[in-house]
Amino acid sequence: MADFIKQNAGRFFANNKKGENAELLADLNSEYRDRRKDAVKRVIANMTVGKDVSSLFPQVVKNMQTEDLEMKKLVYLYLMNYAKSNPDLVILAVNTFVKDTDHVNPLIRALAIRTMGCIRVDKILDHICEPLRKCLQDDNPYVRKTAAIGVAKLWDLDQERALENGFVTILQELVSDSNPMVVANAVTALAEMQESSVSKDIFVVNVAIMNKMLAALNECTEWGQIAILTSLADYKPMDAKEAENVCERVVPRLQHANGSVVLSAVRVIMIFLRYIRSEDFIKGLIKKMSPPLVTLLASAPEVQYVSLRNINLILQKRPDILQNDVRVFFCKYNDPPYVKREKLEIMIKLCNDKNIDQILSELKEYASEVDVDFVRKAVRAIGRCAIMIDEASERCVNVLLDLINTKVNYVVQEAIIVIKDIFRKYPKRYEAIIPTLCQNLDSLDEPEAKGSLIWIIGEYAERIENADELIENFLETFLEENSQVQLQLLTATVKLFMKKPDQSQEIVHRVLETATSEIDNPDTRDRAYIYWRLLSTNPEAARAVVLSEKPPISVETRTISPALMDELINNISTLASVYHKPPKAFMGNRAFSADAVKKAAAADARDEEQIIGDAVLDASGAPAPKNAMADLLDLDFGSSEPAYTSPPVSSSKPANNSGPNYSADLFDMSTDMSGSSGNVFGGMGGMGGMGGMGGMGGMGGMQQQQTQHQQQAPTPARNDPFGDLGGLGGFGQPQQQQPTKPTQSSAENDLLGLF
Amino acid sequence: MISAFFIYNQKGEVLISRLYRQDLKRSIADIFRIQVISNTDVRSPIITLGSTSFFHVRHENLYIVALTKWNANAALIFEFCYRVINVGRSYFGKFDEEAVKANFVLIYELLDEVLDFGYPQNSEADTLKMYITTESVKSERAVMEDSAKITIQATGATSWRRSDVKYRKNEAFIDVIESVNLLLSAQGNVLRADVAGQIMMRAYLSGTPECKFGLNDKVLLEKDPSNRRKTSNTVEIDDCQFHQCVKLGKFDSDRTISFIPPDGEFELMRYRTSDNINLPFKVHPVVIEIGKSKIEYRILVKANFSSKLYANNVVLNIPTPLNTAGVTCTASSGKAKYVPAENSIVWKIPRFQGQSEFTLTGEANLTAMTHKKAWSRPPISMDFQVLMFTSSGLLVRFLKVFEKNNYQSVKWVRYMTKAGNYQIRF
Repeated sequence: MADFIKQNAGRFFANNKKGENAELLADLNSEYRDRRKDAVKRVIANMTVGKDVSSLFPQVVKNMQTEDLEMKKLVYLYLMNYAKSNPDLVILAVNTFVKDTDHVNPLIRALAIRTMGCIRVDKILDHICEPLRKCLQDDNPYVRKTAAIGVAKLWDLDQERALENGFVTILQELVSDSNPMVVANAVTALAEMQESSVSKDIFVVNVAIMNKMLAALNECTEWGQIAILTSLADYKPMDAKEAENVCERVVPRLQHANGSVVLSAVRVIMIFLRYIRSEDFIKGLIKKMSPPLVTLLASAPEVQYVSLRNINLILQKRPDILQNDVRVFFCKYNDPPYVKREKLEIMIKLCNDKNIDQILSELKEYASEVDVDFVRKAVRAIGRCAIMIDEASERCVNVLLDLINTKVNYVVQEAIIVIKDIFRKYPKRYEAIIPTLCQNLDSLDEPEAKGSLIWIIGEYAERIENADELIENFLETFLEENSQVQLQLLTATVKLFMKKPDQSQEIVHRVLETATSEIDNPDTRDRAYIYWRLLSTNPEAARAVVLSEKPPISVETRTISPALMDELINNISTLASVYHKPPKAFMGNRAFSADAVKKAAAADARDEEQIIGDAVLDASGAPAPKNAMADLLDLDFGSSEPAYTSPPVSSSKPANNSGPNYSADLFDMSTDMSGSSGNVFGGMGGMGGMGGMGGMGGMGGMQQQQTQHQQQAPTPARNDPFGDLGGLGGFGQPQQQQPTKPTQSSAENDLLGLF
Repeated sequence: MISAFFIYNQKGEVLISRLYRQDLKRSIADIFRIQVISNTDVRSPIITLGSTSFFHVRHENLYIVALTKWNANAALIFEFCYRVINVGRSYFGKFDEEAVKANFVLIYELLDEVLDFGYPQNSEADTLKMYITTESVKSERAVMEDSAKITIQATGATSWRRSDVKYRKNEAFIDVIESVNLLLSAQGNVLRADVAGQIMMRAYLSGTPECKFGLNDKVLLEKDPSNRRKTSNTVEIDDCQFHQCVKLGKFDSDRTISFIPPDGEFELMRYRTSDNINLPFKVHPVVIEIGKSKIEYRILVKANFSSKLYANNVVLNIPTPLNTAGVTCTASSGKAKYVPAENSIVWKIPRFQGQSEFTLTGEANLTAMTHKKAWSRPPISMDFQVLMFTSSGLLVRFLKVFEKNNYQSVKWVRYMTKAGNYQIRF
């Protein structure tokens, strides 16, 4: 048997001698039916592998007139692919098509009308209307359901014609058809047409239509159920009672074996929950939704992934769901990385003071796995738990210390970055661990980890006996460091000087001198200048700037703005819900011109900023593709579409599509963008401080320099536009991995402190 | 909606390509090959490049790929891809490169049928088999007579069943298959334990039978107060899903499972429970790292079910570090040996009597490594099958068949528990 298959397969695929087309030509004209069929099969095989067999068009089409169904299907398949390249010859086929739509066999009638719709040549249009009308009214439901989709095909080519011939009306009538599958396909077709129509009156779901759809819902195929549920979601219920009724009818779908039916039902329920007033009813629905959502985690990994992304959304909207189910989100050793990542996110979202111990021991377990990326996320997650739950912070710190003691390089570095945040959240609480951290000085080679440890040293310089030695140690390689580390070192040295002036006068002098004379990076250089002048003119002001109190940080588990959230809930189970982005962000060219996208992007700027923040948190940026590549690609294969203007993804958000390497930078950019709204931590305080200084110390030139500098900021390859401002404010932390939201008042405090 | 559908082999050659929409050209197939198949670091099953999204599923040595330019229903697309795989398996036994190459004509026919303009249509393998057949030579007359019936059935309310089924002997077989998932922490605490159950049915029943099916479902039995005392051993089902033949509305209102079954084998329902799980095996691992060159293993396994039953094909995979040079081990039953390719000791016990216990003791010698990284200690995983045992305690209470001819039917029930994801950390 296996031998036979091999032979058979080889026969069609491996035959690529020269002049094959000539040979095929002969066979296609053969008088023997078997030989002709064989030839057509070979043509299709060639077509599949991408060879051009369009020159055989007339000969292939000649074989269309046959009673052999398989042969007919093959020829049709060929026609669909090559009709466009031979529009004039298509007319040869039209007659057979029209004749077939009258065939006694309903399968052939349906096949003919289905294929005709797929041949997108204007000449066909003139001939399709009559057969289509006939088929829409066919006795056989199979033909009708096929014709229903046929209307959508015609609409896609020529809306005018579909309207003129009254197909839209016929389709609307089909929604009341006796056969559930016909209803489902009519709904599918109408929904698509509605979306692309200008007038938007093709398919408005009203009470009557809704009832018909609900009636068909129980009987049609799983895919039909999805189509109906999708359209049902567009219905605007008149009152709470009606919304409750619809939910009751939809709830049984949650028990369907097909995960996409379940998610589509969840979407309808989540949307209709908005209209329901009764708290008890809402609670009941939420309770009914939980088990099916958990069950989705037993499906194929890809479906799990989509489900997890949606559960993430639903959790942000309804935090009371799944509260007791955190265990089901524990990662299995052999889950694919993308599933593990999402489970981790959800574990953190479900984290509370009751289950924190369980979660912590899980996270610790993950931190010893092999996948470096996942391990880092697990470590970061521990930090987020510490910041979220005050009572648990000590346990988290202990776990982190355990991890540091494993001496696994990347674990140690990640743990140090995380501990820096814990220090910021709970100042002065865990100083005792500083010596342990300092033991790992030599193993640090990533800028962020280095920067974090330097920040800690600077911040606690007065408690660390040998702080000056440690800083000195780092300074040896000052010039070779990444600018992020340089900035940190600069600030830490100044802090050290403030706290222990007698030990470090020499160091600070040397650093400032080196930074101002030997470093080209304007960020580092300018920060050094500012410090220098501050210190020399008014040490008190310098103290106020450098050692000012830092605004608190917190972990936002709900990172999506309410407006975007509503839009995403409307799109549960779709791509938008997987990316947590509005649909127009990744499929712009279908409905939007570049201009419109830009406008929309501006309007969404706030949302996006938050998404980007989020993206940084999952850092891998997995759903996001490589941006530059996307550009080129679209230009390449989009060239056949004249309407196409520019790739919307890139134009709307240059930041979003990054791989892990870029995410940190992006975050900076995004915060920078919103700086004007005062939402960047330190941004305001820093600027305010600067302005004040300019006046007080009589260094007007500085201010100017600063402004100028800000304009340049985005240009230098990899600097840190807000880092230096932040440094001024006193918290010289180039990167904060949590989107931090200090209150306005703390920024004001900074200002007040100055005067 | 799906704009295009491709099947690739592992090398990235296109085996099947079908475009459903004009918004894409065939050349898009190359983009996927470059971006996904030849890319070693693919971190998501969905990838959007420009405005085209690629969904892919890997099966055997194939990539099943669906493309869309819309904000499509992602769950639907993946479910559909898996459905294609299932239909393929049902037709060809195995759905791999060889099967696709040998049957590409048929696959095109199927794709034409299951997806129209990018919208999934009927994808039930049994129904499809009625009119898309492997042996194309069929007498024209028969086709014409049949096709009217077939098409009605393919679109009808019970699209999964033909009306003219006849059997001399009416029988129904029920298999309750439970997969136990366990995650045990190194301290021996149960982190999670749940059962994913599957009820398979093989129905050989004539006509259009209406079936009613009953389980020892806690919710159902406790609703009726008269039942409360005599049915103590009930099972709390967390969630369940049904084959599309089950009337979901009826289940939702009074939790009865009633349906008109398809002919032959199908999965009637799936359920999940996490309450009161009877773990069939207890494992106590003691693994000690002695210095940098040796690891000592002592693994104890105990069967926790009745001594009248026994388990088959018990296999334990006990991980060893990457730098293992050799392992010496002895087991009190079955065979244990070190498999370097899997980095583990594989311990096989063909027959494991209930209530008995066995131990494995062993020693792994490690080679010295310059760059010492702590061993991540992956969990021990376990495989087994226990017949006539359900971890959840689920029982089939009855299966009633009503048919207008009122025939007698014979029903058989079998139970089996096997390992799902049975992992023990140490």
